[in-house]
Amino acid sequence: MTAATAHGPLQVTGRVLSVDRVGDYHHLTLVASGVAERTRPGAFVALAVGGPQSAMLLRRSFSVYRARRSGVYGGTVEVVLAVHGKGTEWLAGLRPQDEVDVVGPLGRPFALPQEPVPCVLVGGGYGSAPLFGLAERLRARGCGVHLVLGAATERRLFGVLEARRAAQSVEVTTDDGSLGVRGPVTAVLPAVLGRTCAAVVYACGPMAMLRAVAHLAEERGVWSQCAVEESMACGVGVCMTCVLPVRGEDGVVRMVRSCTEGPVFRGDRVLWDDVGTVPEGTLGAPRSGGHR
Amino acid sequence: MTPAVDEAAVDLGVEIAGTTFPTPVMTASGCAAAGRELAPFLDVARIGAVVTKSVLLDPRSGRATPRMVETPSGMLNSIGLQGPGIDAFLATDLPWLVQRGARAVVSIAGGSLGEYAELGRRVGVAPGVAAIEVNISCPNVEDRGLVFACDPSQAARAVAAVRRGVPRDVPVLAKLSPDVTDIVAVADAVVEAGASGLSLVNTTLGLAIDPETLRPVLGGGTGGLSGPAIRPLALRCVWQVHAAMPTVPIIGVGGIRTGFDALEFLAAGASAVQVGTVTFHDPSAPARVGEELRGELAVRGFTSPGQVVGVAHRSAQAPIDRPVPQGATL
Repeated sequence: MTAATAHGPLQVTGRVLSVDRVGDYHHLTLVASGVAERTRPGAFVALAVGGPQSAMLLRRSFSVYRARRSGVYGGTVEVVLAVHGKGTEWLAGLRPQDEVDVVGPLGRPFALPQEPVPCVLVGGGYGSAPLFGLAERLRARGCGVHLVLGAATERRLFGVLEARRAAQSVEVTTDDGSLGVRGPVTAVLPAVLGRTCAAVVYACGPMAMLRAVAHLAEERGVWSQCAVEESMACGVGVCMTCVLPVRGEDGVVRMVRSCTEGPVFRGDRVLWDDVGTVPEGTLGAPRSGGHR
Repeated sequence: MTPAVDEAAVDLGVEIAGTTFPTPVMTASGCAAAGRELAPFLDVARIGAVVTKSVLLDPRSGRATPRMVETPSGMLNSIGLQGPGIDAFLATDLPWLVQRGARAVVSIAGGSLGEYAELGRRVGVAPGVAAIEVNISCPNVEDRGLVFACDPSQAARAVAAVRRGVPRDVPVLAKLSPDVTDIVAVADAVVEAGASGLSLVNTTLGLAIDPETLRPVLGGGTGGLSGPAIRPLALRCVWQVHAAMPTVPIIGVGGIRTGFDALEFLAAGASAVQVGTVTFHDPSAPARVGEELRGELAVRGFTSPGQVVGVAHRSAQAPIDRPVPQGATL
């Protein structure tokens, strides 16, 4: 194997170590030889669902919650999932020793600051999962780490207890007020940004939250790094389904794949208001009388 | 049943319209980008060919999302031919494939006869092109947006436009749509127009409804259905066209997942196959299916894919051309 591919993704047969219920989510731990060693915070894995004869052909992609290089059973990767349909239902129903085809790590991870600056990490729902590994890396660089976790309800928060160990400060919000401040993360974020003098905001969660966080960061001249959760078919860059409009350094807007060019984007590069459309002026966008 | 041969005795190499391929298993257009993304999972030089995503003259943004929905044993897509355009393709994507030692089968798509002709001219002379595949499942802007592939004469004109600009030694394959009443008529027309072979088939139009909104899931409304769900449909098309035109090389494509699926297509009359949607499920599939096909051939006593091509059309009693097993007495 060449040095170039040693950092690329692998396809391995993973073995389930455990599946635990955590609030409304499932926490899946897989022994996946070699994948953990290559994983950096923000990267994701694409899991095949339904077994070798499955009628569900599309992979399900999940941010890596934790990657442990070696344990008793070898390197493990952990993901947190919500049951949305038959594929995630299958994953949630796995038992220890079951096999899962794993492709990963995939995607561009979070970019880390060169200087030991204060950072605010914002997680929406189980979007908080990749932030704990990130917090560890940031602390190792001497960065201050402050967490903001938000969700619809207390049961849809992930990692509140762990957050208290991982960060210097933690703010919690829920839409229904079942824990912490009632409202979205943006109800507390301006104050947190001000109090911490944050230089970078990291965020992972639903598109509406990312959009709000990116706008807030932009208003205050703070860098933002947003991990999107676009729907993907393959996760490896060949299906072209997970695109969103992003402005490049050359100023040109392109429909880019969130699997290969993301899932982490600079918040000021994504055209958040136009996600789900092809905005006018995008490279190769339909012109009147042109292609349909 | 003829005794099995050793897998090492199987030579997977095939020849299609004068061009040789190390195995009969290729990627399918639109399911492998331009090959590079699959390099971590397979050696692009060791599969039959990389059939690239259809390239147009100009960059194309593609359609709005959602572009994809999973369906039973398949999926619908409505990508809208997103791509960098021919200049970027020839400058970046094609040289990468050639440098890696892959056979590059370049899929081209146009909206008019002029565009097909220009794409043919430009790709035909590019170094390292093993073959051109003409995607004619595109709306013709000069003919009320009707899809070229759905009309035999328009399909033929598109293929002829490409063929004229392409050097003789570069095969031109026409990829046909199954959404026609008589696929043999379209096949006949494009072969008459100069197609060296046929890729059968493209996706078939489908629809999925969102359970909450009760509206189409896809931004584009309908989408192309692909995956094992359409395998019997694709196989039927191969069967019908091979029966009518047994000397025309066919590349079978539609839901191939295993080596046996590939063998089915060979038996129905295909000389090679493409693995498409299943690559999304298993990025190593184009290589894996080739190795599985080797096993399927060996266990049946075949030493070459060519020995199986079209056997399904012969009567059950007709002898099959197998090699004499080693040690057998004649």
